Amino acid sequence: MALVEAEGVHVRFGDRVVLEEINLSVNEGELHGIMGPNGAGKTTFFNTLTGRVKPNRGRIRLNGEDVAGLSPHAIARKGLARSFQIMTLFNDFTAQENVMVALPAYRARGFDVRRAVAGDASFSDEANEVLASVGLAGKAGISAKLLSYGERRALEIAVALAQRPRVLCLDEPTSGLGTDGTLRLAELIGSLKGKLTIVAVEHDMRFLFSLADRISVIHWGQVVARGTPRELQENAWVKRSNLGSFG
Amino acid sequence: MTGTSSDARLITPTMIAAWLVLATVPLWISKVGLYPYIGVEILIWSIYALAFNLVLGVSGLPSFGHGAFFGIGAYAFGLTQFNVAANLWVCLIGATLAGAVAGLLVGLFIAHRRGIYFALLTIAFGQIFWTISVKSHSITGGEDGLLNIVRLPVNLGVVAFDISDNDSLYYFVLAVFAVVAVVLWRLVNSPYGRLLSAIRQSEVRTAHLGYNVWLYKLSIIVISAGFSGFAGGLFAMAQRSAFPDVMNLAQSGLVVMMTLVGGGLVSFWGPVIGVIVFLTARDVIGAMTNAWMLYFGTMFVLLVLFRPDGIAGAFKLLVERWKARGATPSLSSAPRSG
Ligand SMILES: Nc1ncnc2c1ncn2[C@@H]1O[C@H](COP(=O)(O)OP(=O)(O)O)[C@@H](O)[C@H]1O
Ligand SMILES: [Mg+2]
Repeated sequence: MALVEAEGVHVRFGDRVVLEEINLSVNEGELHGIMGPNGAGKTTFFNTLTGRVKPNRGRIRLNGEDVAGLSPHAIARKGLARSFQIMTLFNDFTAQENVMVALPAYRARGFDVRRAVAGDASFSDEANEVLASVGLAGKAGISAKLLSYGERRALEIAVALAQRPRVLCLDEPTSGLGTDGTLRLAELIGSLKGKLTIVAVEHDMRFLFSLADRISVIHWGQVVARGTPRELQENAWVKRSNLGSFG
Repeated sequence: MTGTSSDARLITPTMIAAWLVLATVPLWISKVGLYPYIGVEILIWSIYALAFNLVLGVSGLPSFGHGAFFGIGAYAFGLTQFNVAANLWVCLIGATLAGAVAGLLVGLFIAHRRGIYFALLTIAFGQIFWTISVKSHSITGGEDGLLNIVRLPVNLGVVAFDISDNDSLYYFVLAVFAVVAVVLWRLVNSPYGRLLSAIRQSEVRTAHLGYNVWLYKLSIIVISAGFSGFAGGLFAMAQRSAFPDVMNLAQSGLVVMMTLVGGGLVSFWGPVIGVIVFLTARDVIGAMTNAWMLYFGTMFVLLVLFRPDGIAGAFKLLVERWKARGATPSLSSAPRSG
């Protein structure tokens, strides 16, 4: 059964139509890749999925429930987490604190003023676990703004993972990473595969084709092609466009 | 910041040192040529500035109309004393509640706004409250103010202290300041307080983590306004009167200036440092020249241009440089904030 389902999603800013009609479904446990040229509306689609942008038309279903038009925090609470193409970290916080505020245990105590966060092992232990899972063990006490670019990319994902989501949406996670960084990230995402449902926007073809179960190509505000990596490599449209090249 | 032991403490060594120093103030204040009442003023404004900084420094919400909450608290203290009960605690609760209710009213209109729109609306609401206080002559006394407010005895059930002279008032306000500092210190270091800081750093990310950002903003506006009202109540009692001028735009600007000069954006104690520097400068420079605001204004401009972190920020930098000289460079000596 489809865990995430977009049906006829239409988004325009003023009279500029960005998403004409997106139909897309992601199965539970699947790693679903999204590709498409710059400006195709991939980030806008993520923004719509996660409640940042309200669709002008169409439905978005999460586990069968229509969530289109709900606020970002309401959608996040239903188990949908996201990372950002433009890194959105808490720069004055340490790596550990970045992850800590994302934990469900922390969220449950968001209005607690009686106890101090520092020294509270119920948060820090779990946060360190998440940091270790993305290769940031030992970086817990370092301020996010002092981490290297690659470490910040990893933290960006760690924050989303810390939410313990059912669906993880990654917006160009390899953006700006070198070969090594991309490989490490592929390893990380590979290790998450099957444990949760992942939707990943990515421009790195090698990365996407090696990891994804299915891929949707967004162009002109529509899904113009879809299928398994193998099917897509044979797809005439993908072949014609320069998207299929593995440069 | 996680890991620093003082964040987890309810009462920190800094607090104890500060209280001990402050406790000696009445003994030497006259000898250094200052008027003793300035100590009372510094403590009350410190409470106000710490409360204000919950919104500005902690949550990143630019409020320029906070004087309204302080002023409403001042009037509420007097009005409670005249109309409800001439009891110190009742009057202080009245002042706090009045500030909080005004904060709720304003917050409902502005908590979903950001940046310049938020700032402009706080100014507009500040002006509205100021105008009301001037115009409702029958309640507030208009321009003449609310006079004959009494310094009520501190009734602790078994014993009661008289605080009508400035020295005993000072010690009462110091005790209150100590309690407020402990409460607010815990607040900013709690899950709630750290979340406000997260909102300041990235409202978008915080929302996508499942937090209702609007509710958090509204709640801190109410809490900040409540403590501001509380400070206003103390002020009315200290001054034995309440006037509309504490609510005007210039006075609202003062608390912003004190907080920034002291370094409220980088330090919990920044606002207190700012209040001490400002009020002392007012009395010292003010005794020498009428144009003291010219000098203070110039200092403010220079500070904002060259040390936007304020005095506390400059101090932190000095400490770090000093530490770095002794220790071998390591990541843990990298600049930290919070
Ligand atoms: N809030 C917005 N207001 C107006 N235009 C927008 C907004 N967000 C995105 N766009 C426009 O929508 C188009 C698609 O952007 P985006 O979704 O970021 O593309 P992609 O992620 O596929 O590169 C771009 O032309 C962009 O300028
Ligand atoms: Mg994009």
